[in-house]
Amino acid sequence: MMDLLNILLSDSFWAASLRIATPLIFGVLGALICERSGVLNLGIEGIFVVGAMCGWMAVWLGASLWGGVLAAALAGAAFGFLHALLTVPLGLSQHVSGLGITLFATSASYFTYRTALPNVSSPPRIEPFQPLDIPVLSDLPVLGPVLFQQTALTWLALGMVGLVWFVLDRTALGVALKAVGDNPDSVDAQGLSVYGLRIGAIVAGSSLMALGGAFLTMSAFDAFFFGMVNGRGWVCIALVIFASWRPGKALLGAILFGAFDALQVRLQTEMGALVPGQVFLMAPYILSITALVIAARSADYPRALLTPWFKGQR
Amino acid sequence: MIRIEPRDTPSRAFALGVPLLSALVALGFAAIPLLAAGANPIAAYGAMFKGVFGSVFAFTEMLTRATPLIFTGLAAALAFRAKLWNIGGEGQLYLGAMAAVAIGAGALDIPGIFLVPLIVVMGAAAGAVGMAAPTYLRVKFGADEVVTTLLLNFIILILVQMMLEGPLQDPMGLGWPQSAPILDQGMLPKLMDRMRLHSGFILALILAIVAQFMLIRSVWGFKLRAVGENVAAARHAGINVNRSFFGVAAISGALAGLAGVSEVAGLKGYLTADLSPGFGYTGIVVAMLAGLSPIGVVLAALFIASVFVGADGMSRAMGVSSFLADLVVSVSLLCVLVGGFFAKFRVVLAGKGEVAQ
Repeated sequence: MMDLLNILLSDSFWAASLRIATPLIFGVLGALICERSGVLNLGIEGIFVVGAMCGWMAVWLGASLWGGVLAAALAGAAFGFLHALLTVPLGLSQHVSGLGITLFATSASYFTYRTALPNVSSPPRIEPFQPLDIPVLSDLPVLGPVLFQQTALTWLALGMVGLVWFVLDRTALGVALKAVGDNPDSVDAQGLSVYGLRIGAIVAGSSLMALGGAFLTMSAFDAFFFGMVNGRGWVCIALVIFASWRPGKALLGAILFGAFDALQVRLQTEMGALVPGQVFLMAPYILSITALVIAARSADYPRALLTPWFKGQR
Repeated sequence: MIRIEPRDTPSRAFALGVPLLSALVALGFAAIPLLAAGANPIAAYGAMFKGVFGSVFAFTEMLTRATPLIFTGLAAALAFRAKLWNIGGEGQLYLGAMAAVAIGAGALDIPGIFLVPLIVVMGAAAGAVGMAAPTYLRVKFGADEVVTTLLLNFIILILVQMMLEGPLQDPMGLGWPQSAPILDQGMLPKLMDRMRLHSGFILALILAIVAQFMLIRSVWGFKLRAVGENVAAARHAGINVNRSFFGVAAISGALAGLAGVSEVAGLKGYLTADLSPGFGYTGIVVAMLAGLSPIGVVLAALFIASVFVGADGMSRAMGVSSFLADLVVSVSLLCVLVGGFFAKFRVVLAGKGEVAQ
């Protein structure tokens, strides 16, 4: 028990939690924006892969780190646009289109990586984002190590939470976006474009998802591996429901998930002799399912989620 | 002004032509990455064709590759017909494979005439349980089965790794994470000398025919389709919707479990954590290409297996990454989706003077 308390009270534990949460914050926000507009984006897992690959490859080819971030966001936007075309004007199955985007984005990334680097045994490395060592602030007790020794991408993720909250709750655009996910007919009646709002939301959300992937290759690690996304995208889809489509709760959910993941790594080293390590590896996925089961009934679903809308009908 | 109108009756020609055209478009699209990789597309297609039809061995290899895809394709097609989104075929496949080695790799040394059916039945049962659980979570708690089945895939794969380093590890395996081999009498019989093709393929064909019959002709199939068309209407008509969900969940999971049984007891002989290169996920593409028709699943599985086996051959001959096959498969899924739109709707170009409604 003392051990657990020691872990939970340590700076490094909370610093790790925030680090692990960062890609999920991007992913949950991205999924949240898409779903608030009424469209489920199961392309998320593949868009993570694209973001991870493109961000890394841009830097490896000589771009700056922020150039890599931009490349990842643009690539994510492109695949999001494809999903938007299929699901919004064509009104096709959001489930199947999303899975198709995931398969397409993943295989395109893997093929590109393999073609660019046919014969490498160990993946080439880049110089990733470094922790921001802000003088004075990073020497603060507790807050210093937890907040002020993260990389710039973690700060970007936290900033995005504020931005998405502000746009959704405080701007006319946000009101229109939420309305298009609840009642597209009313938005159309006001002369706004349902298609435009939904396509825009999916493109913006998808570029955020890609930043989650980019964090993996440009901050958490310094190289691209096959299978490195490892279900993080799907976890985000579960976390959005847990967060009831609210940015603040999404941040909370991602950090709780990150804390749980950081805890299992530490418990694994302490209790490794008693329990097989895989039990701990399973824990985050089981936690996601549990969160989903708890939240599902009371969740406040966008009312038009999964329902296609066609102009001039109904 | 462009207007989209629903067709009065979905075009039959489209329903048959779309999958075929999608397959061709996807293959044509592959020319772009081939050119990008510096290969001559014509030569590459030639190498792919030769990789499938160049010899009897190559052809039987394609049939062998199609076998698990027929099982996982049927699993997805039946569940999707009821709008039950089973994306967990990959996990259910591994559950079936684990059951097969748990029973067949020495635990029971009984004659093959008992052992083989027992392995098949228990593997199917393991898969069925793997899909019944998320279905229960959906019916009871409203937890979206898309997310739960996807996450279960990861949980089950870690469980497989745990078992292969624990209870199921081969004691003679020098510490490798693999199971003991299935006893000789427990293996599904081979169909031809010196070929890897096994009787799992025949089982898959039989089940496809049975599934087609059940879906179109039986009361069970009628209820299933009614639930898929409109849950509320089906419930109003007195159909026990939850029973339909659990029924199709069990059958869908069982079919995916059989993919694992067939790979382990028909082909590999023992279980490793890389038994399936995503057969569960590819099964979804197979089902969609087949228009969710069980007989169509067989044809779609043969096509996709040809792409995979052909791309392997092409990769060896020309040094282009075999990830090309995954690209072709994913693009064919997107094409068939778009094609399905044009089977249901027609696009009308209205004149400039006309007022859009």
